[in-house]
Amino acid sequence: MTDSNPLWEVFVRPRRGLSHGHVGSLHAPDAEMALRNARDLYTRREEGVSIWVVPATEITASSPQEKDAFFDPAADKIYRHPTFYEMPEGAEHI
Amino acid sequence: MNEDVGYLLGLADDALIASHRLSEWSSQAHDLEEDIALSNIALDLLGQARMLLTLAGEREGAGRDEDALAYLRDEREFRNVQLVELPRGDFAVTVVRMLFFSAYQAELYLRLEAESGERPDLAAIAAKSLKEVAYHLDHATRWTVRLGDGTAESHRRAQRAVDELWPYTHELFETEGDLRGAWLARVERVLAEATLTRPADDADRFRPTGGRSGVHTEHMGYLLAEMQHLHRSHPGAVW
Repeated sequence: MTDSNPLWEVFVRPRRGLSHGHVGSLHAPDAEMALRNARDLYTRREEGVSIWVVPATEITASSPQEKDAFFDPAADKIYRHPTFYEMPEGAEHI
Repeated sequence: MNEDVGYLLGLADDALIASHRLSEWSSQAHDLEEDIALSNIALDLLGQARMLLTLAGEREGAGRDEDALAYLRDEREFRNVQLVELPRGDFAVTVVRMLFFSAYQAELYLRLEAESGERPDLAAIAAKSLKEVAYHLDHATRWTVRLGDGTAESHRRAQRAVDELWPYTHELFETEGDLRGAWLARVERVLAEATLTRPADDADRFRPTGGRSGVHTEHMGYLLAEMQHLHRSHPGAVW
């Protein structure tokens, strides 16, 4: 694909109250067309109530090479997880 | 044939044949995104055709259901305007025809929806279809502007499509003459934004007609042969 038809990342909110989640990508010449293409490609079976499209080039991603430096240090810090508390009775989600 | 049944078949056949022409783009469009968009629109129109054919069959009272009406009528019994049966052409022809046809459907369904006192079941179909048609019109509008105001080649093809299809739009208003003013307002605005020239309406120019009384172009027979052959080869087939 040429630059006149760049790649867009698509995020769909499945229901009110939920966050937009990444569902895939598509090609479109501009944001308006990207939004409409997203509607046709990703919400044709009632998957969503709201759509975001973002130019793929605008996304800064962590690289696989940095994976260890980024994520491994968190692995042995179990005290960051809220697992040392007594769950109050009746609280289902904390 | 009952006048009301004939009218309903006109609406139904417009949607059915327009749907079939759009479905010819499946796997043929210039990219996956547009391929699915055109197929979605074809499916919307097919849904409208099914509701309208079912209603026409009930009104007729001869025991014909949607399948019998879609697949077992011959060319002269189809009431669609010739505009929708013309070959799909290039992408510009498809887009411009969608603009002309969905602008017409938008005006027609708005009026039918407002006439719910007289024809409640038809008004319900119109109300349901209006949201779909609004999207078809939006899609066609954006592409018409994009092609018309695009490159020299896309402009040339879009203008050629407008010039070729314009004579066929007169037939839309033979029975719905009061809608043409509103239709023109919609279409002229889009053509102007697309830097396309709106053809003149000289009375002595080519004005094909006859679809509503079963007279069709040479393309209609081929279309029906393809659309109907499965049902006729395997009557009552289900999947």
